Amino acid sequence: MLELYNGSLNVPEILKRWYEEESVNNYGAFIPFIGTIRDENGIQGLSFDIYEPILEKWFQNWVKKAKDKNATIKMAHSRGDVLLHESSYIAAVFSPKRRVALEFIDEFVEDFKASAPIWKYDLIDGKRVYALDRSTAIREVAF
Amino acid sequence: MIRVEFLGPIQQDNLELDINNLSELAIILQETPEMKEWLENSAVAVNDTIVSSLEHPLKDGDVVSMLPPVCGG
Repeated sequence: MLELYNGSLNVPEILKRWYEEESVNNYGAFIPFIGTIRDENGIQGLSFDIYEPILEKWFQNWVKKAKDKNATIKMAHSRGDVLLHESSYIAAVFSPKRRVALEFIDEFVEDFKASAPIWKYDLIDGKRVYALDRSTAIREVAF
Repeated sequence: MIRVEFLGPIQQDNLELDINNLSELAIILQETPEMKEWLENSAVAVNDTIVSSLEHPLKDGDVVSMLPPVCGG
């Protein structure tokens, strides 16, 4: 399940709902990762652009990988502005046993950072400044 | 015609071009000063699938997307 929201995530609502959705499915492990905006470098927050068609394809590929391990993956992400101490990202894995979930969340979040078509901007003096120095080129570069 | 879209922070209007493959697009973009910096680090998708070869053929109606470096989360 991929959920995209305008602005910050309602973390308690999302986690509670996901927990309740999966609580009857006999999973022994539920491992969420929550990304929160830190107060650093004088920013007022972060802002995000998302290209949804490719993000959806990328995510569905991970849904298949999860299914192969009898696990379930869920993700939520913000579009637009997210202010300090608010959250913009949740990924969560449910699996029968902890080891699969611990390894899967690590692989998933790392690939998310390297491949998901989302662009991050610092909010500085009300302007969006592309965070090029923290961004990663998608591996397949044609030019 | 081929439609070319620039995603995220690339501040370029979309293009409509009569080209047959990505090599021809590369030549056009290299002549655009604002695009030079993006050519080195952007991935390219054709109809929302990322491709890795400049020889990738293009047909009428295809949409090419330029994806600069990403940072979700």
